Amino acid sequence: MSTTAEAVGQAKAAITSADLAKAREVSATVGEFRSPTPRMVCRNVNVWYADKQAIKDVNLDIGKNEVVSMIGPSGCGKSTFLRCLNRMNDTIAGCRVSGTLELDGVDIYDKRLDVVPLRAQVGMVFQKPNPFPKSIYENVAYGPRIHGLTNDKAELDALVEESLRKAGLWEEVKDRLDQPGTGLSGGQQQRLCIARTIAVSPEVILMDEPCSALDPIATAKIEELIDELRANYSIAIVTHSMQQAARVSQRTAYFHLGDLIEVGQTDQIFTNPRHRLTEDYITGRFG
Amino acid sequence: MNSPIAAARPRAIDRVNQSLKRRYAAERRFRFLGASAVVIGLLFVTILFVDIIGKGYTAFWQTSIQLSIYFDPEVIDPSGERDPQELRRADYQKLARDALRAEFPEVQRRQELRELYGLLSTGVAQQLAERVQANPERIGTTEAVWLLADDDVDMLIKGKIDRDLPESDRRVKDRPLAWIEALEAKGAIEKHFNTPFFSNGTSREPELAGIAGALMGSFYTLLLTLLFSFPIAVATAVYLEEFAPKNRWTDLIEVNINNLAAVPSIVFGLLGLAVFINFFGVPRSTPLVGALVLTLMTLPTIIIASRAALKSVPPSIREAALGVGASPLQTQFHHVLPLAMPGMLTGTIIGMAQALGETAPLLMIGMIAFIVDIPGGATDAATVLPVQIFLWADSPERGFVERTSAAIMVLLAFLIAMNLTAVMLRRKFERRW
Repeated sequence: MSTTAEAVGQAKAAITSADLAKAREVSATVGEFRSPTPRMVCRNVNVWYADKQAIKDVNLDIGKNEVVSMIGPSGCGKSTFLRCLNRMNDTIAGCRVSGTLELDGVDIYDKRLDVVPLRAQVGMVFQKPNPFPKSIYENVAYGPRIHGLTNDKAELDALVEESLRKAGLWEEVKDRLDQPGTGLSGGQQQRLCIARTIAVSPEVILMDEPCSALDPIATAKIEELIDELRANYSIAIVTHSMQQAARVSQRTAYFHLGDLIEVGQTDQIFTNPRHRLTEDYITGRFG
Repeated sequence: MNSPIAAARPRAIDRVNQSLKRRYAAERRFRFLGASAVVIGLLFVTILFVDIIGKGYTAFWQTSIQLSIYFDPEVIDPSGERDPQELRRADYQKLARDALRAEFPEVQRRQELRELYGLLSTGVAQQLAERVQANPERIGTTEAVWLLADDDVDMLIKGKIDRDLPESDRRVKDRPLAWIEALEAKGAIEKHFNTPFFSNGTSREPELAGIAGALMGSFYTLLLTLLFSFPIAVATAVYLEEFAPKNRWTDLIEVNINNLAAVPSIVFGLLGLAVFINFFGVPRSTPLVGALVLTLMTLPTIIIASRAALKSVPPSIREAALGVGASPLQTQFHHVLPLAMPGMLTGTIIGMAQALGETAPLLMIGMIAFIVDIPGGATDAATVLPVQIFLWADSPERGFVERTSAAIMVLLAFLIAMNLTAVMLRRKFERRW
C-alpha cells in the first residue's frame, strides 16, 4: 500500500504541485474540507482505541442545511468519526479523542460540557433499527418527555404526529400508535428511529449506515426523507453505498485507513476524483 | 478422466461415507446418554415424591373419638356467673375423662383408668374449652363431640401399629386395644381432616403438632429477606455492570461476589451470630436476624443473575436511549432495567427458594429453639419450615414420622409454587425485539 504522499504524487494532473504544497500545510486531505456556513467544525481529530489509532488528523466541517456523506472501505474510521460528533464514543472503554470539535463555536469535548444536552442537539440514527420495545407513540414521545419539551399531553401528541409526519411514517402508523414499535417492518422501524431523533429537535443528525439493513424500497424512502430533512437540519451520513452517497449528499468525504483522503462536492468526487485512492475506491478497484 | 482431481473425487465421497457411520454412531451414543440421564433423574425424583407422599399423606387425616360430653356446670362454672376467667381456668380434661368412664363403666382400677384416659390427647381440654367459649349456652347440656385421639391410637387406626403383634412388642397393649375396638364397632372412631396440623404451632405431642408456627416463621423470614436482598442486589448489579469503572478493584469485587456464592452456609450463620446478634444486639431466634443472615447468603445469587440479565440487554437499546439524550441513570431505569427484570426476578426467586430451604445458618442464630407460639411479627421468636422438619425428624414418637413427611410436602409445594411464579413472571414481562 502506497503512502498518502506517493498516492497524491501519482494522481491526475488536475492538482498542481502548488496545490499539493498548500494542502499539505493544512492537512493531508485533498480538497476543501471547510464549509462556508459551518455548523460543526472538526480540526485535527485523532481517535485511539487503547493503543490503536482509529483516525488520524481529520479535518472536516459540516455545513448548515447540507448532507455530508462519508464513504470508505470497512474499518476506515468513518463510523468512529461520526460517533465523535455526539460523543457516543464516550461509552466505549479505552477510547480517547484529541483535537477540536465544535458545534456552533462550542467545544463539545470541553470537560465542563454536559453530554446530555449535546446529544439532544446532535441526534443519531444507528445502523440497525433500534426502536425501544415500547409502543410507537412512546418511542417518539420518550425524548421530548425526558427533556420536558412539551407542556401537556395535547402538545406532546402534536409533536409526535409532526415527527412521524416528517419521518414519512404517520400515514402508515396513525391507527396503531399504541402497538409495539418492534412490530414494524425494518424500513418502518428505521423511520421510527428517525422520527424519534427529530422529535427532540436536534440541529445535526448523524446517520450511521441507516439503510444497510433495508431493502431497496425502504432505502429509497429513507433517502427521500434525508433530502427533505436537509431543509431544517445538518446531516452527516456514513454509507457503504456509493450510489446512496451520490444521491443524497452535497459533499462527500472519503476515508481510508483512518485518514480523511479527499473531501469535495459530491458530483466532483464521483466524476472527477483528484486522489488516486478515491478514484480506485469509487471505480471499484478495491474496497 | 485421468486427471488426479477426477480420480480423487470418488475417493473423497467414499471417505465421507465411511466417516458418516462413525459420526452417526457417536450421535446416537450421545443421545442415548442424554436420554438415560434424564430418565434416571426423573426416576429419582419420582422415588422421592412417592416415598414422601406415601409416608406423609396420612398426616392430613387425624383420628378422633366421639364421646357424649356432659358440660357439667359443677366443673366448668361452679359459681354460675359465666365469668370468662373462671371458664378459662376450668378443668375440661375432667369432662372428657368422665365421658370415657361413662363409656366404659367396668373400668375401676387406677392403673386401668390411666390407660383409659390415655386414649385421648391432652389437647382435648383445649378443644372443649374452645367449644364452651364459643357458646357458653352449652353448659349444662350433653353433646356428642369428636375429640382428638392420642397419637398411639391414631397410629393404630392408620395401620402403622400392627394389631397382630404379640402384646409385649406392641405399643398399644391389649386392654386399650379392646376399648378401641369396642369404640370402632360403635362407629365412634373416625378420621377427620387434620386442620390442627395447619393451625397449630409445634408440640411435644404429635397429634397436636402443626406447622403454622414454622410457616409463619418462614413467611416473615422470606419476606424480610426479599425486602433486604432484592434492592441491594439489583443496585449492586446495576452499579457494577453499568457505572463502575472496569479496573482492578471492580475485578476484585467481582471475584469476591463469586466466592461468596460458594461459602458454606453455616459460615454465614456464624457471621450472623457474631455480627448481628452479639455486636448489633438483634434479638436472636427471630425472623429479623434470620432474614439478615439469609440476605447475606442470597445476595451473591441475585447479583450474579442480575448481572447476567443486564449483560443480555442488547447494547443497541442503551445507544438508542443515550442517542436521544437520556442520562445514564434514565437509560438504566427507563430501558435497561425493564428489559433485564425477568432475568433478575428469576434469579431472585431462585435465591428465595434457596433461602426457604436453608437450615444450617439458622441453627447458629437460635432458630432451632422449640417454639410453640405462632410468631406474630418479625421480632417474635420463631422457627422455619426446614428447621421444623429437622426437629420432627429427630423426635422419637411414631406420629412424627408422617408429620415430617407432611411438612416436607408443604415445603415442596411452596418451592414449586415459587418456581412456577418465577416462570410466570418471566413469561409476563419478557419482551421480544
